[in-house]
Amino acid sequence: MVTRGFFSGRKPPTDADGRIPPGQYLEQGFPVLSAGPTPRVRTEDWSFTLKHGPRPLKKWTWAEFNALPLSRMTRDIHCVTAWSKFDTSWQGVLIDDILADAGIAPPTAFTLAHSFDGYATNVPAKDLVAGKAMVALLYEGKPITPDHGGPARLLVPHLYFWKSAKWLNGLQFTEHDEPGFWELRGYHIYGDPWREQRYTDDP
Amino acid sequence: MSEAAATQSPWQMAKIIRIEKRTPRVTSFFFKLSRPFAHQAGQHVDVRLTAPDGYQARRSYSIASAPESGGTVEVAIERLEDGEVSPFFHEVAAVGDEIELRGPLGGHFVWSDSDGGPIILVGGGSGVVPLMAMVRHRTARKSSVPVALVFSARIWDEVIFRDELIKLDDRRDGFELVLTLTREPAQRPDDYSRRIDAQMMMQSMSRLPEPPKLAIVCGWNAFVSAAAEALIDADVPAGLIRTERYGV
Ligand SMILES: Cc1cc2nc3c(=O)[nH]c(=O)nc-3n(C[C@H](O)[C@H](O)[C@H](O)COP(=O)(O)OP(=O)(O)OC[C@H]3O[C@@H](n4cnc5c(N)ncnc54)[C@H](O)[C@@H]3O)c2cc1C
Repeated sequence: MVTRGFFSGRKPPTDADGRIPPGQYLEQGFPVLSAGPTPRVRTEDWSFTLKHGPRPLKKWTWAEFNALPLSRMTRDIHCVTAWSKFDTSWQGVLIDDILADAGIAPPTAFTLAHSFDGYATNVPAKDLVAGKAMVALLYEGKPITPDHGGPARLLVPHLYFWKSAKWLNGLQFTEHDEPGFWELRGYHIYGDPWREQRYTDDP
Repeated sequence: MSEAAATQSPWQMAKIIRIEKRTPRVTSFFFKLSRPFAHQAGQHVDVRLTAPDGYQARRSYSIASAPESGGTVEVAIERLEDGEVSPFFHEVAAVGDEIELRGPLGGHFVWSDSDGGPIILVGGGSGVVPLMAMVRHRTARKSSVPVALVFSARIWDEVIFRDELIKLDDRRDGFELVLTLTREPAQRPDDYSRRIDAQMMMQSMSRLPEPPKLAIVCGWNAFVSAAAEALIDADVPAGLIRTERYGV
């Protein structure tokens, strides 16, 4: 329905390449959004644990994790608060390489990513493998700043950015698709920006 | 802690039934909902504007009214000069207009009197809006939960809801108002005239009968970062701090 008197001077972002999902605008900066204060995680205290349910499968220290193969991903990212940012460039360890180092294939179809501040978010295992996601360690060639989730954050660029958990400390395979922090608080269980899956009741 | 279960919140039409100027830069809009909902203090709505060519702009606005306010919701919108949606509200929107709105949204940044306290609320500029819903909820429920609201504005005339807040403060019923002005001298004896810091947080919390069970911080991004740091420096455990950021 047309809103009386609303004529925006702004045009929908020129989207010749079809890179901007519906309802998003293009952001040049890099806004910070989080549920609480920024945790300061020292790399000395950092660890990453892979779990199946309650059972730890393998745990890495910062040094061990950094010895895994480093890959680069340059991707567009989309935040549920309606900004998108093009060509963000990250380096980190592909989930494929983490699984390979642990010597396993995904034991279940679902995961929960966990963070140092207690945050959790769910991502289907198939959305993490085959080069689709990584644990990012560098942003634009430099260590990720604490505000943006450093020392390490999950990067699942094809889903809304709340799925790319900051201050990551583990990945847990679960038997069922278990909602995480925002998914329990009204946000969509999957979060595909191209289908505008923002809130629970979006299709 | 009350954590909202996921609620159904499709778009609906809401009619503007009252417009009230709060400060030179902030105006309240009162919406009558076509499909009334029950919100929690701290939640927000999304509004969506549609141009004749189909272009849409969508923004979030915190609900200022208490959950007890019935089928109307108040939002208080600060005008940003070069913004898209806030100038529309300030210049174009009129009583009787129907606006597309969705809500209530957000289930983390909420407080209800049954969550208890004491609590410290910290707001910068329009970040006071969801905190106002909490304060009004406390009043509507005749709750005795001790609450300290630290509200930072640039100048005295930009203190949104000023008269209402001072009146509540004067009741001495466990609600403590701490104003801090960043570009003018303080106007009341126990207020401040500087940016929020750890000492101010410590002194504000000392007005509560015991340390807060929860700290709730809202405002623009840099404000929230600074205020959360100040609370941590004032020994508030990070796990007790909830934040909501309005963007850039
Ligand atoms: C949960 C939540 C609750 C909120 N509650 C409130 C509230 O209670 N009250 C309130 O006033 N606000 C609130 N906000 C902020 C609100 O949603 C809007 O961000 C705000 O009103 C600005 O919108 P706008 O359309 O006027 O400005 P925008 O058009 O979004 O612009 C914001 C700023 O970004 C710049 N900008 C962005 N895009 C462009 C562009 N294409 N070209 C040029 N400049 C650009 C401009 O400099 C402008 O100053 C809330 C935000 C959130 C997330």
